[in-house]
Amino acid sequence: MKDFIRIRGISKTFGDFIAVNKVDLDIGKGELFSILGGSGCGKTTLLRMLAGFEVPTAGSIEIDGIDVTHMAPYDRPVNMMFQSYAIFPHMNVAKNIGYGLRKEGVAKAEIARRVDAMLELVQLVDFKTRKPDQLSGGQRQRVALARALIKRPKVLLLDEPLAALDKKLREHTQFELMNIQDELGITFVVVTHDQEEAMTLSSRIVVMDKGEFQQVGTPKEIYEFPANRFVADFIGTINTFEGIVTAADDETTSVYSDEAGETLIARGKQLFEVGQQVEIAVRPEKIFIDKERSTREGDICLEGVVDDLDILAIARCIGFALPQEK
Amino acid sequence: MAIVASAKLSRANGLVQKIAINRNKETWRRIAVAAPYLWLFVFFLAPFAIIFKISLADPIIAQPPFTPSFDEAGRLTTTFSNYSFLLTDKLYAITYLRSVLMALATTLLCLLLGFPMAYGIARSNSSTRAVLLMLIVLPFWISFLLRVYAWMGLLNNNGVINNLLLWIGVIEQPIPMMYTDFATSIGLMYSYLPFMILPLYASLERMDMDLIEAAQDLGASRTKAFWDITWPLARPGVIAGCLLVFIPAMGEYVIPYLLGGPESLFIGRVLFDEFFINRDWPLASAVAIILLVLLVFPIVLLQRYQARNQEAGS
Amino acid sequence: MKQQSRFILSILSFGYAFLYIPLASVVFFSFNASNLATVWGGFSTRWYGELFRNDQVLEALFLSVRIALTSATLATILGTMAGLVLARFGRFKGRTLFSGMITSPMVMPEVITGLSLLLLFITLQQITGWPGQRGFSTITIAHTTFSMAYVAVIVQSRLVSMDESLEEAAMDLGGRPLRVVFDITLPLIAPAMIAGWLLAFTLSLDDLVIASFVSGPGSTTLPMLIFSKVKLGVSPDINALASLIIVTVGLGVVLAWLFGRRRSSKAQ
Repeated sequence: MKDFIRIRGISKTFGDFIAVNKVDLDIGKGELFSILGGSGCGKTTLLRMLAGFEVPTAGSIEIDGIDVTHMAPYDRPVNMMFQSYAIFPHMNVAKNIGYGLRKEGVAKAEIARRVDAMLELVQLVDFKTRKPDQLSGGQRQRVALARALIKRPKVLLLDEPLAALDKKLREHTQFELMNIQDELGITFVVVTHDQEEAMTLSSRIVVMDKGEFQQVGTPKEIYEFPANRFVADFIGTINTFEGIVTAADDETTSVYSDEAGETLIARGKQLFEVGQQVEIAVRPEKIFIDKERSTREGDICLEGVVDDLDILAIARCIGFALPQEK
Repeated sequence: MAIVASAKLSRANGLVQKIAINRNKETWRRIAVAAPYLWLFVFFLAPFAIIFKISLADPIIAQPPFTPSFDEAGRLTTTFSNYSFLLTDKLYAITYLRSVLMALATTLLCLLLGFPMAYGIARSNSSTRAVLLMLIVLPFWISFLLRVYAWMGLLNNNGVINNLLLWIGVIEQPIPMMYTDFATSIGLMYSYLPFMILPLYASLERMDMDLIEAAQDLGASRTKAFWDITWPLARPGVIAGCLLVFIPAMGEYVIPYLLGGPESLFIGRVLFDEFFINRDWPLASAVAIILLVLLVFPIVLLQRYQARNQEAGS
Repeated sequence: MKQQSRFILSILSFGYAFLYIPLASVVFFSFNASNLATVWGGFSTRWYGELFRNDQVLEALFLSVRIALTSATLATILGTMAGLVLARFGRFKGRTLFSGMITSPMVMPEVITGLSLLLLFITLQQITGWPGQRGFSTITIAHTTFSMAYVAVIVQSRLVSMDESLEEAAMDLGGRPLRVVFDITLPLIAPAMIAGWLLAFTLSLDDLVIASFVSGPGSTTLPMLIFSKVKLGVSPDINALASLIIVTVGLGVVLAWLFGRRRSSKAQ
């Protein structure tokens, strides 16, 4: 089902401020979908509208064929994991996880059974009777996850699920999240500002800025074919060259760049007209460095001088000065 | 076909449910607003209308002792004579002025003692700070009346201070301290000092002490750093503290009565005496209205500062 | 930690001496055998004994405690509602007036509050016949009115510092708004409510001026009784009564403080 969640023309304004501006989105069943953007881009507002904490100013939201636009949060088949985790400090781990079932009026024995199963899933069996203030950050995160999953929601919303964890724990938890999602088949909608996290986690991503969608697509699509300058800059690092289109057909576009001092050839679907002023963007990992000029067919060679060397953790970042820049 | 129908049905159900929930939600929310609202409206706001009404009447010997607002023919019988009397009579003018001056002096004394104390508490280490703060708050829990009473025992002609001084031999005759303005202002200062220290402490504690070192590092002297950094940052606390002392001190009744003696002219006392001793309800009401008018501005100012402080604190 | 300057240290010592010497002197002279309240005549506990044989004092104390218990409870209920409304209900019609009415009673001079309530009760009596007699009920209403403001402010500031997503999380998990108030909000603000209740209780026990206005013949609260005696000057039996109150309240506050500190250090 491609349109398990159907968002149509959703807007949200706070006074004069437009947080989300007329967006449409379809999310399929079982997807792990990320909403990616900087702070204040409207991603959290969009998530809160899915959860029911904000009523849209215009537009509608459907989940599994049911219009939930005006449905209260406690009636929606949707649960949320909060950025602060929002663990109830006066209840122990088991009570926290079982809260949703208690509100549903599920029988006590059934609650106990399902809480135990959840504790198993998130590996917190030994922490059943602990109070939240006796848990580590990672454990709190797992309590929040278990609590949000126990009602078997149609959609799980995750607001910056990993932001509160330190870097080491974050990677581990990321894969745990993906495993759990895979195991349960629940649709996950994740809000994050971390592009790396979005790229590894998600089946699809939407990049948001100023309340509008910049691009929707798989991580590969977004990385390889950014729809505009904002997306290209936001995702990963990129080198850009200004130039003028000299030749174009259905598969390739040739651009002569003064900056590069060469004609660059790009493969892509976008069609430009000859003579148009464009920017051409190259991912750093597509650039190879050699002392000798490459003679291979189709390679584009630029000459330059190494003027900066940064050693990153796993890669080296090499700054080049092109002769034209001097 | 069936799927569309069921989707429509569940949509309709959702709508019905939503309406039911909103109604349900509204009821308890309304109660939560209405109960305190109504209570305060009836027992706090409405009485001011009554005071105002009575302040426009004439006193008569009857039950209740004032003329009704309308006579038997239904004509309005209100009069501003109480106000014109209060505003022209010298004794009342002096009373208002004295109350304002005493309240101002008290505020200043509290600030002079309270600021260095709050500063010292804010700069002490956290365990001492907790004890010091608790000791500031503690007298607040002990009966106000008894705290004033304690000073009677100290300031009397044969009280503790005079006896001590006589015994040491510094003085030959007891110094008359009771029933003077000195005694009143000591009492006021004693009672309201915690109200000054707490907001001052709150704003000083929030201040980053590195700021002062940064200012000194940039070449400011100690005093210069105080006036350039500490004082402006403490200002919200200073204003809140001053208002918290000034406003209640203006209307004080017990302290001038017990420590200031029969001669002590204070608005609060005059109001009380006009009402209970002279049984002139209209005049007492007019005294209250004028006091209220004098205090409206500081009260509004205080509320603005407290709202701002609360935002800053969160 | 910086070394405190000598100036600050001496001001601090002076300030605390100023706050506590008067109280200490009352307690000291309560054990005075002499009839003269402030001239030492040897150690004795006779004034404490006389206090417990004084029916008037016990009766006034009983009335004061009854009023304080009732008004503190009412004030906590109404004040908690008001604090909840101010912190969580957002904007609604009449909010400005509402928050103004909440905070004004705290700073309003007591003579004005007292006079206005008395005139209200008299007007109400003329129109409706209630309250037939002023005393317990009118004083309780008056005390509830000014102490609910304190409770509201304490509860509000506690709510403001509390993570709002706790309540949202409960709602997200299927808790209806009223249910969430009882499941999450109230348990978490309970310490603030207790503090508010204690403050309201003390304020009520403490009040002289407002009670003097709104009480009727035959209902004398403890502060009213003390005031009528104190007017005549310092006396040894009042010293004894004052000492009992000072020591009880002082110990209570210190113990509560120590208990609170141990709990909060354990939580960390």
